[in-house]
Amino acid sequence: MNWPILSVITFLPLLGVLFILTVRGDDEVALKNVRWATLWTTLFTFVLSLSIWYFFDFNASGFQFVEEHSWLGPAATYKLGVDGISMPFVILTTFLMPICILASWHVTKRVKEYMIAFLVLETLMTGVFCSLDIVLFYLFFEAGLIPMFLIIGIWGGPRRVYASFKFFLYTLLGSVLMLIAIVYMYWTSGTTDITQLLANPGFTPEAQKWLWLAFFASFAVKMPMWPVHTWLPDAHVEAPTAGSVILAAILLKMGGYGFLRFSLPMFPDASVYFQDFVFFLSAVAIIYTSLVALMQEDMKKLIAYSSVAHMGFVTMGIFALNRQGIDGAMFQMISHGLVSGALFLCVGVVYDRMHTREIAAYGGLVDNMPLYACIFMVFTMANAGLPGTSGFIGEFLSLMGAFKATAWVAFFATTGVILSAAYALWLYRRVVFGKLTKPALMRLPDVTPRELATLLPLVILTIFFGAYPAPILNIFGPAVEGIIRPLNEAAAAAHLLATAALQ
Amino acid sequence: MWLLQQADAVAAFPEIVLAVLTLALLMLGVFRKGDPSDMVTLGSLIALGIAGLLVIFWSGHQATAFHGALMVDTFAKVMKVLALFGSAAALVLSVSFMKRDGSQRFEYPILILLATLGMMLMISANNLIALYMGLELQSLSLYVLAAINRDSARASEAGLKYFVLGALSSGMLLYGASLVYGFTGTTEFPGIAAYLTSNGADLGAIFGLVFVIAGLAFKISAVPFHMWTPDVYEGAPTPVTAFFAAAPKVAAVALITRTMMVAFGAIQPAWGQIIIFISIASMALGAFAAIGQSNIKRLLAYSSIANMGYALVGLATGTQEGVQGVVVYMIIYMIMALGSFACILAMRRKGCMVEEIGDLAGLSRNHKGLAFVFSMLMFSMAGIPPLAGFFAKYFVFLAAVKAGLYALAVIGVVTSVVGAYYYLRIVKIMYFDEPKAAFEPMDGEVKLIAYASGAFTVAFVLPWIASPVIAVAAAAAKSFY
Repeated sequence: MNWPILSVITFLPLLGVLFILTVRGDDEVALKNVRWATLWTTLFTFVLSLSIWYFFDFNASGFQFVEEHSWLGPAATYKLGVDGISMPFVILTTFLMPICILASWHVTKRVKEYMIAFLVLETLMTGVFCSLDIVLFYLFFEAGLIPMFLIIGIWGGPRRVYASFKFFLYTLLGSVLMLIAIVYMYWTSGTTDITQLLANPGFTPEAQKWLWLAFFASFAVKMPMWPVHTWLPDAHVEAPTAGSVILAAILLKMGGYGFLRFSLPMFPDASVYFQDFVFFLSAVAIIYTSLVALMQEDMKKLIAYSSVAHMGFVTMGIFALNRQGIDGAMFQMISHGLVSGALFLCVGVVYDRMHTREIAAYGGLVDNMPLYACIFMVFTMANAGLPGTSGFIGEFLSLMGAFKATAWVAFFATTGVILSAAYALWLYRRVVFGKLTKPALMRLPDVTPRELATLLPLVILTIFFGAYPAPILNIFGPAVEGIIRPLNEAAAAAHLLATAALQ
Repeated sequence: MWLLQQADAVAAFPEIVLAVLTLALLMLGVFRKGDPSDMVTLGSLIALGIAGLLVIFWSGHQATAFHGALMVDTFAKVMKVLALFGSAAALVLSVSFMKRDGSQRFEYPILILLATLGMMLMISANNLIALYMGLELQSLSLYVLAAINRDSARASEAGLKYFVLGALSSGMLLYGASLVYGFTGTTEFPGIAAYLTSNGADLGAIFGLVFVIAGLAFKISAVPFHMWTPDVYEGAPTPVTAFFAAAPKVAAVALITRTMMVAFGAIQPAWGQIIIFISIASMALGAFAAIGQSNIKRLLAYSSIANMGYALVGLATGTQEGVQGVVVYMIIYMIMALGSFACILAMRRKGCMVEEIGDLAGLSRNHKGLAFVFSMLMFSMAGIPPLAGFFAKYFVFLAAVKAGLYALAVIGVVTSVVGAYYYLRIVKIMYFDEPKAAFEPMDGEVKLIAYASGAFTVAFVLPWIASPVIAVAAAAAKSFY
């Protein structure tokens, strides 16, 4: 294809923004136009993004659909492209956007600004995954803070100001160190082009450690990894439903994507060096946050902590530094994008009716909301990693990878699987089962067709990829192979060094 | 022309034209019957425009005037155009304000012109005497401007404070300059450079250097010579504050850059560490002290202190990339500062200016456009991409990392996160809080400057804006090499 498909997908939502800006007035008709315009924009973007899946060459490990233009002189170029690792995230982003817009159909407060914020956010998120220039990547990565800050702060819950500030400053603090590392990489290697940096990283092992730590500061906060995860529960609880979905499904994935795109291939020696460190943090995250999740009274907070635990599997899988681990982490990220997003939508469904997220305020919903109970169950099972759902594949593969690397971390992580079943099922039991005694719950209607439209695609995909994961695994297979190779060499070198020291 | 050549003043022609036009406008103001202020203001804008065109087109690549006292190179041209633009924009911002305030005086534009003339001399100054002359011409005009609203106790206090502290710093500068002259035997920058290259850093010259830096640091309000800034910013009428925050900062940064790079370039390690300290102290104090402010002008005063700290990061490297970073930083900073003050000028209720941050509450409901512009400027000041402020910081840190100043770069980015907190607070008040009574409609010209600045900030990321700015800065930085 000759036309710049990635630029079009990235910036198409901005066209929707322009349209919304031309809509005058605040009456019902105007707002309806705004909503439909946003929905059509996101849907169209999604359909268009499917074309990159269709035209994608699954056997190539390099970047495809590459486009390049000069931008800031030598210090940064505008270069886009996708490979097997970034392409699924692009599709995930464009796929979830229409769902988020549908889920926000009944937002009444400042609708125009709301839709604009989401469309801008879509552009920035897609840009993160498409960027092939490290400065351009940083630009998209950081710029996403602005719309998200506004989304949490304007449309959020009672403690929205605290949550939005915490979200913004935490992530910013992590990222600015990465900026220094990026600048250092530019001076050392003379380029900001990711493809060249991947082909020939060439940083000394000593420099790699510092660079790795600087990138780690950014991605660990974004991921988020224990102990820098504390912004996430606050942000999730206060954000509006669609904001939580985006946060859990896509923004968190930027951390994992960053590890795979930068830390592993560009700093292989440091990645080997810090492997145990990451394992330790992941194991703590999986067990500790699972235990914390068990104790939550707030549905969103529980799911937020469970996200941290699941991201622990992802970091563990990535730093297993072998094929199974990284495959598992990638799959887990996609699956978590679907499942956690859906769980937040499920919470949104009852929150819209009851305006509370207290678990204690619910119980026995299965009696009058059977369809809801059914959908919620699918995602609860997927969250617990039940075989047959997409959650299982990711967890299983990353556990396998971790076991191959170090047995002890796999042991702790498996304990986490049990705990995840405990909190997920317990949440489900308290909300859906039990006696329907609370008077406010008696008259709750079941899911509406609109809500069904948001949830059904996710149900289908969760089960489909649980039964048949090959379509996703095939996408990133060659790219993961490309990451593994230098890592194996680095690990061999480290091993050689260690044995030499022993002798 | 012959006369100009005889006096070796060809390269200083733009300055001469500006001086003559200023005096002519002064005569016009004095002798014209009725209220001449409108006419003088218009005339001043035209004079600034003419001077700007002359700066761009008059002399070639590099020229000196008055036997080396003034240097006209690309760096000087860029910074002069920037200073002239800043002065003109500040003048435009003041028109409606002064009219409404009843404090319209024809002296006001004249003083701005004189200050601008001083700035042009500062930017070109290539010996210690020209440096001092330009600096004083600018400073004396600024002292009067701070107290232009002579019936206001606050403004008079601001003017007096500025004058006393400014005079002290001028004294220090002069003392330092005399020491430098005494030990190197010349006031010419190339001469000083030649002496320092052959003799190394001798104690007397370093002693003088420290005093010179102290005096110059006062003019750019860098810590620890920043004390006047919040009081003067708060006390002076808002358009005057807008002027203070923009053009004089550009001129002073250009002056310190040229003095350090040209005169003291040979002993870069000596002044580099002083600049590093001043830079870190400014960034840190600007970030932390602004947190507690409730007056928006005071807050922006601390913000400007922090911004000077970032600009100095570029200078501290003493490299070509560093100077390029400084130029990019000043271009972007000046436009952001003008835009921010234009937004502040819109904060008017019942005919009075309001200056508390809390008065901005819920601005996004009453004035969508203004709130958007102001919030973009704040995000930009905080250095969040893709806004212009990010690129300003990117280029100075680019230079700092290349020069191996990792600690400086890391401290810089960390303080920028602290600074982000108070910029975010303004956005929060505008977007998250419940609205208060609406402001009065904005004046057309204020709106124009605010929106133009906002548009620049947002659109800077596009290659058609970013590339030329960076290319100009790169050309300017080449002047010293």
